[in-house]
Amino acid sequence: MEALRKLIQLIATLLTNSYFLFPVTHNIYQGPAKVICAPGLNCYSCPASTTYCPIGAIQQLLLSVRFSLETGSLFFSSYVVGTVGLIGTATGRITCGWLCPFGLVQELLYKLPVKTKVELPYLLRYVKYLMLVFFVVLMPLLLVNEWGMGLPWFCKYVCPAGTLEAGIPMIFLQPDLRATIGFLFYNKLAWMIIFLLWSVVTSRPFCKTTCPLGAFYGLFNKVSLIKLELNETLCTKCGHCADVCPMGIQFNEAVGSPECIMCMRCMREGCDFGAITLTCGGMHLLADNRRDRKKDKFIEQEL
Amino acid sequence: MKAQSKKSGIKLSTTLLFVFFLSLLLFGLNVKEPQRVMEQAWNICLECIGIG
Repeated sequence: MEALRKLIQLIATLLTNSYFLFPVTHNIYQGPAKVICAPGLNCYSCPASTTYCPIGAIQQLLLSVRFSLETGSLFFSSYVVGTVGLIGTATGRITCGWLCPFGLVQELLYKLPVKTKVELPYLLRYVKYLMLVFFVVLMPLLLVNEWGMGLPWFCKYVCPAGTLEAGIPMIFLQPDLRATIGFLFYNKLAWMIIFLLWSVVTSRPFCKTTCPLGAFYGLFNKVSLIKLELNETLCTKCGHCADVCPMGIQFNEAVGSPECIMCMRCMREGCDFGAITLTCGGMHLLADNRRDRKKDKFIEQEL
Repeated sequence: MKAQSKKSGIKLSTTLLFVFFLSLLLFGLNVKEPQRVMEQAWNICLECIGIG
């Protein structure tokens, strides 16, 4: 299952970044596919990107909402919010675990052999909601200049995915841009380095603490069409699900947690008793086929 | 039996969310927001990549 997930993560990354002509054109993709939403965090200024980033698009639409209204356009980011809302309602935070390119980068870095792995304080996980509310919505909408235009606060000051996928490649592709490098770039570069280094010792630190898209999708985990469910009669509360969870959740104590990225490691690797199942609209899609064998073994040991 | 049937169906809250976000999406399509999103995504956002 983990190999399949990695393969799907890789395919999703390639599909959302499949413009391979950028070394020739020295520019980003400007075709019709850019009307499609990248489900994960994938900067649309990345030279290979063929889709738009929902977090970037929401900020751009909100920061210019006054200008849009003045010109008679009703661009409130309803198309973008509608799209990510439908993704969230259908699949919860499954995108984070299976489709997000920056999630894949963090997972690969966490595989580096380092002696000490560190879990972060739980309180830091609430920062991502502040990012979503303030940096993505309120600040671009409300903090405006004399022409009524705001700033894309999250993209401009925080997003490490933008620096990794777009900032650094564009500097190599368009040498003229190098002259404009200043505090802004170094600030973003510092954030990128912090998160990449942090990923080596902590599993998915950006997803846990900062990602506004993950925060948004996580809100749907309890009500999404596809979700992981717990069969309490089969659960022995052994805690093995927590041992394998990249997000540090003990599933039986946090069913529907907004932190769950539905990577299904708890179901396939953690739970020996088939207590965790993947469901769609209440119908069971996947369960652990080791259930009976392991349960029998456990009962034998207990006896 | 009642609890069983409740579990096997799609929740009302899920359905309502689907309707809500689908309405938002359709509203966006109606006001031609995708065209605006695409135009934005065609340009390099210098601020976004830390250069502007």
